[in-house]
Amino acid sequence: MAIEAVINHSHWSPLLGRLGLDALPQEPIVMATFVVVALGGMAVVGALTYFKLWGYLWKEWFTSVDHKKIGIMYMVLGLIMFLRGFSDAIMMRIQQAIAFNGSEGYLTAHHYDQVFTAHGVIMIFFVAMPFVTGLMNYVVPLQIGARDVSFPFLNNFSFWMTTAGAVLVMMSLFIGEFAQTGWLAYPPLSNLSYSPWVGVDYYIWALQIAGVGTLLSGVNLIATIVKMRAPGMTMMRMPIFTWTALCTNVLIVAAFPVLTAVMTMLTADRYLGFNFFTNDFGGNPMMYVNLIWIWGHPEVYILILPLFGVFSEVTATFSGKRLFGYSSMVYATLVITILSYLVWLHHFFTMGSGASVNSFFGITTMVISIPTGAKLFNWLFTMYRGRIRFELPMMWTVAFMLTFTVGGMTGVLLAVPPADFVLHNSLFLIAHFHNVIIGGVLFGIFAAINYWWPKAFGFKLNEFWGKVSFWLWVPGFWVAFTPLYVLGLMGVTRRMRVFDDPSLQIWFVIAGIGAAMIAGGIGAMLVQFAVSVWKREALRDETGDPWDGRTLEWSTSSPPPEYNFAFTPIVHDIDAYEDMKRCGVTRPVEGFLPIHMPKGTGTGVVLAGLSTVMGFAMIWYIWWLAAIAFVGIIGYAIAHTFNYKRDYYIPAESVAETEAARTRQLAAAGA
Amino acid sequence: MTSITTTAGAPGTDKTLSPEQLRATFFQLEEHHHPEGDSTMLGFWMYLMSDCLIFAMLFAAYGVLGGSFAAGPGPKDLFELPLVAVNTAMLLFSSITYGFAMLAMAKNQKGATIAWLLVTAVFGAAFLSIELYEFSTLIHEGATPMRSGFLTSFFSLVGTHGLHVTFGLIWLFTLVSQIATKGLIPANKRRLMCLSLFWHFLDVIWIGVFTFVYLMGML
Amino acid sequence: MHSSDSRLNPSGRSSALRRSRIARLAGTLGLVAALSGCNTVVLNPAGDVARQQGDLVIVATLLMLLIVIPVMAAVVIFAWRYRASNKVAKYEPHWDHSTQLELLIWAAPLLIIICLGAVTWVSTHLLDPYRTIGRIDRATPVSANVKPLEVEVVALDWKWLFIYPEQGIATVNELVVPIGRPLQFRITASSVMNSFYVPAMAGQIYAMPGMETRLHAVMNQPVQSMGFSANYSGAGFSKMRFPMRSVPQGDFSQWVSAVKAGGDKNAGNLDRAAYLALEKPSEGVPPTRYAAVDPALYGAIVDMCVEPGKMCNSEMMAIDARGGLGKAGIRNVAMLTYDKNGRSTARQENATPDAAVRRELAWVRALCAQMSGTVRDGSVKAPDDLRSLSGAGIDAPKSIGLTLRDDKASQRTAPVSLISRN
Repeated sequence: MAIEAVINHSHWSPLLGRLGLDALPQEPIVMATFVVVALGGMAVVGALTYFKLWGYLWKEWFTSVDHKKIGIMYMVLGLIMFLRGFSDAIMMRIQQAIAFNGSEGYLTAHHYDQVFTAHGVIMIFFVAMPFVTGLMNYVVPLQIGARDVSFPFLNNFSFWMTTAGAVLVMMSLFIGEFAQTGWLAYPPLSNLSYSPWVGVDYYIWALQIAGVGTLLSGVNLIATIVKMRAPGMTMMRMPIFTWTALCTNVLIVAAFPVLTAVMTMLTADRYLGFNFFTNDFGGNPMMYVNLIWIWGHPEVYILILPLFGVFSEVTATFSGKRLFGYSSMVYATLVITILSYLVWLHHFFTMGSGASVNSFFGITTMVISIPTGAKLFNWLFTMYRGRIRFELPMMWTVAFMLTFTVGGMTGVLLAVPPADFVLHNSLFLIAHFHNVIIGGVLFGIFAAINYWWPKAFGFKLNEFWGKVSFWLWVPGFWVAFTPLYVLGLMGVTRRMRVFDDPSLQIWFVIAGIGAAMIAGGIGAMLVQFAVSVWKREALRDETGDPWDGRTLEWSTSSPPPEYNFAFTPIVHDIDAYEDMKRCGVTRPVEGFLPIHMPKGTGTGVVLAGLSTVMGFAMIWYIWWLAAIAFVGIIGYAIAHTFNYKRDYYIPAESVAETEAARTRQLAAAGA
Repeated sequence: MTSITTTAGAPGTDKTLSPEQLRATFFQLEEHHHPEGDSTMLGFWMYLMSDCLIFAMLFAAYGVLGGSFAAGPGPKDLFELPLVAVNTAMLLFSSITYGFAMLAMAKNQKGATIAWLLVTAVFGAAFLSIELYEFSTLIHEGATPMRSGFLTSFFSLVGTHGLHVTFGLIWLFTLVSQIATKGLIPANKRRLMCLSLFWHFLDVIWIGVFTFVYLMGML
Repeated sequence: MHSSDSRLNPSGRSSALRRSRIARLAGTLGLVAALSGCNTVVLNPAGDVARQQGDLVIVATLLMLLIVIPVMAAVVIFAWRYRASNKVAKYEPHWDHSTQLELLIWAAPLLIIICLGAVTWVSTHLLDPYRTIGRIDRATPVSANVKPLEVEVVALDWKWLFIYPEQGIATVNELVVPIGRPLQFRITASSVMNSFYVPAMAGQIYAMPGMETRLHAVMNQPVQSMGFSANYSGAGFSKMRFPMRSVPQGDFSQWVSAVKAGGDKNAGNLDRAAYLALEKPSEGVPPTRYAAVDPALYGAIVDMCVEPGKMCNSEMMAIDARGGLGKAGIRNVAMLTYDKNGRSTARQENATPDAAVRRELAWVRALCAQMSGTVRDGSVKAPDDLRSLSGAGIDAPKSIGLTLRDDKASQRTAPVSLISRN
């Protein structure tokens, strides 16, 4: 009966807003984490200072507009946030494995509810999105034979805005609280009446600021793909990964404004007393649910489509074969892109829509499985009569095909409204979407990291630790999520903190063991990275083409020079580089010209930093600071537009030098 | 190089080409420079479409909440059509004068361009002033956005448009000072084109607001 | 779980029943053989509606396995056969197109989806939670004169209130229903969104403040089970669970009499004041019974006007439908405030509505008095002809829209007027 003592957070002062001592961590677990993170952070800062790396990082990375470096920074961001999101997952698994027989577990409701909300938000917005965006950033310009993206500064700015969102989410761990609403923050629960303190505000501003970055990066990549393809690369000669990236970015540009709008409405409700989603005064909470899913469903295709592209590239490369059914693959991608807008209601069949409406959205959802199935068959027939080399990327691809098929099947099952009535919000649903997001998006990212790492750094990843990671991850996934399918069929719902039926415990314990295996897999992957960097000379790839690749990124050196291609390639076939190799083309070694390149700028860092300050000030009601930061953003952005000198030329001699080094390298490798 | 492209799907087995010819077939040996700002209009257009979606959401919210007066006032009680008509005229005029600025730019007349831009700004500011007057009257009467779903969605839709006009004005003044100092260089012309798209886009949105919110509300 | 299967379907039914039982048995065996140790209530429930939904899960899964199993097998076979070390296997690096195969890979999923789509359309209409119960079980139609048992369900922070209007009693966190009688749930919430779900009985439906959703169900055997909220609703969510019992009709009547007589767990009369106290957030609330209940209470909860001095939602919407109250209505915010300014602040502000508010309210009441108090009933009537339950030749009900369904054909006058009840 007892409700936890709720601390009264209602104080406000003009100087510090709602910020007070009560914003510091109150729970022992958070305090300990805080100490560890603070010490770790100080150690990192100290090391960077000691080794005098700040200048290098600032000049070569933070202010760089090179799409390759920005891509790598996105991947690093995704990896760091992945560790945070995964520790949330482990905390949930432990809580659910022990909170039986009257035990309250070790997390209070206030803490546990933040954990599952943060887990969802981080994994989607700050893990999957940066990973996907990072991959597209790194690979797309190389694949289309371009030297950078259309708007290099915007690219840098987008990255830092995404980072700013991530920083706000991380801050919420130690200053105040995060939302306790579930990752989509349905009102009325997320309205001020029911979430009065800063949690939902952290959520709103983190998403809003990161959303700006995502949207601009979407615009950027579309313009890049449409405008900057190498001569001869018609749409139907684009690599499949570029195709899927194009569709994903179209989805981003067409879906993220919806999120921006709906978050703004929630902000107006919370900050200004508007009535968009209130119970009284004619507001309509169900409108929020509709709007957020109009963004939310395309979002899952934003995540998965580029990975479909990765699997296509990997399968073709490691089967040593042209991709089967290229055009059918392209059309399947387009069909998925369009259909993804016609299914949003399947997320709330149980909200009382009529049977005809429910059937319509159920059937459109099922229809998506047709192009998806066609893609799977295309990969299958790409393997058929190939010569499959089971290197790590291909292993992840096969694991994906087997795992994703099951996830797809349970997804179609959930699209049958009467089935959804018994499975909605159950652990079956949780198992389903982890089945497709881990089995699809994450396995795809692992395939992509193993595949493109040699391109990015010039050496392959250690295979032994990669295999250890693979064999911990894949079975670990099944051990962790099969119990959730079972529990769903036992009528167990999601987001539960304590349980009263002791017969469920064994399943949660099994799931916990699976999560521990996954933790081992993540650990092995970190070891894999470390060992690979350590032993990089042994793993060195001199050719730039370690996998016998088929697309243009493999035609340049590893890592590629700043300008990617000394001479822009001309494309005559879908697999442009494979075509070159078959024709016996040798790269030009003379006649280099100066190359026009964009200049780095710190504006992105500054604007994103000011946005973080503004977000923080808005969250804590520190109005003066928010106003200053806002004026600062506008002023700095305007000042930036007065800078007309944003580019420079790499002189022909230094291009010649770089290319000569490459020639020597190739000769040494015997290529 | 066309000899190879003819057989898409099984190309380039023509071994008769010399390495030099092959290189010329597969690499652009003479640089074809991407004109600077080549993608800007496309990119800006995409940004406008995404902005359009934000307005679409606000229109949708107005569609859902527009009838929720919460036992308070409705459009007929609050709107003054003549005032809004004047307001609309201001915005439409500003679009026309922006068009004149673009014509002046095409003729490379720096002074005329700046002058027409300033006229545009005057009309834009008049539009904003009238809108602010309307808002303050409503709020003074108690018809605040907090009063009902209808007023919430009305203020949000019209206010978001107004915010866009405000940012358009800030941009316009920035651009005026840039043209004044740097002249009508290609970068500034490109920016004028973007602002032109933006300004006319706001006009189109306003037509929608005027029709759906004001005219249909008074029916 | 198969033992409970036979308990549920006593022998002596038609051969069709047996056939489908065999199919289901086979499906269950094949699909969830590994689960036989545990209680998968979703696939094996005691209520007819949930049973049909559970069966649908199995049918849909089997249908999809038709294509999923061959695909997964092919992945493994191809991966093995065409491994690089197997030099015997054929290698065709340029083979990338086959029209026949392309047709096949688009057509095969299409066919499955056509079948599944048909199943979906029919079953979604048949198992629409708004559709009244047309059969007690596979062989027993509901006779025409049976009146369903109505239960009014309110999701509170964080417990469930059940009002039995016919019996005039109410319970908190305890649901008892008779076997073999159609059940009609009218569902709402006091503050945030919840989802009313008893897996053993029927699928779930959201419980939302200021709105009413419907659920129809029937229980076929005595069970003791659990119900809960399936949509996260705040700190006390995990303990928002209630025991649910289905009992024979006689036992149900006895239970009702016992509740009416007071005694164990009795909390007296559930009037508005008691409700307002009950509504306050609390968690892990043990089952509580009310021997009597204000018959107008549920309507007032849906209408967000339990508190004195509040304008009912239906009144507000009726006024809005006529274009609002004009500028005269601008200041009447106190009577409209429900929870916008927090769970309890509004309540304190309005504990004693001042005279002006009262006057205003009286005026509003007078204005609306001429409008008859009808609540649109979103129910969809079950078909009279049981044969159509097979799905053949069934009309799709025109039930579109969210909670307030605009289906004129099924509009009925609600048993209680929602207006002028305070």
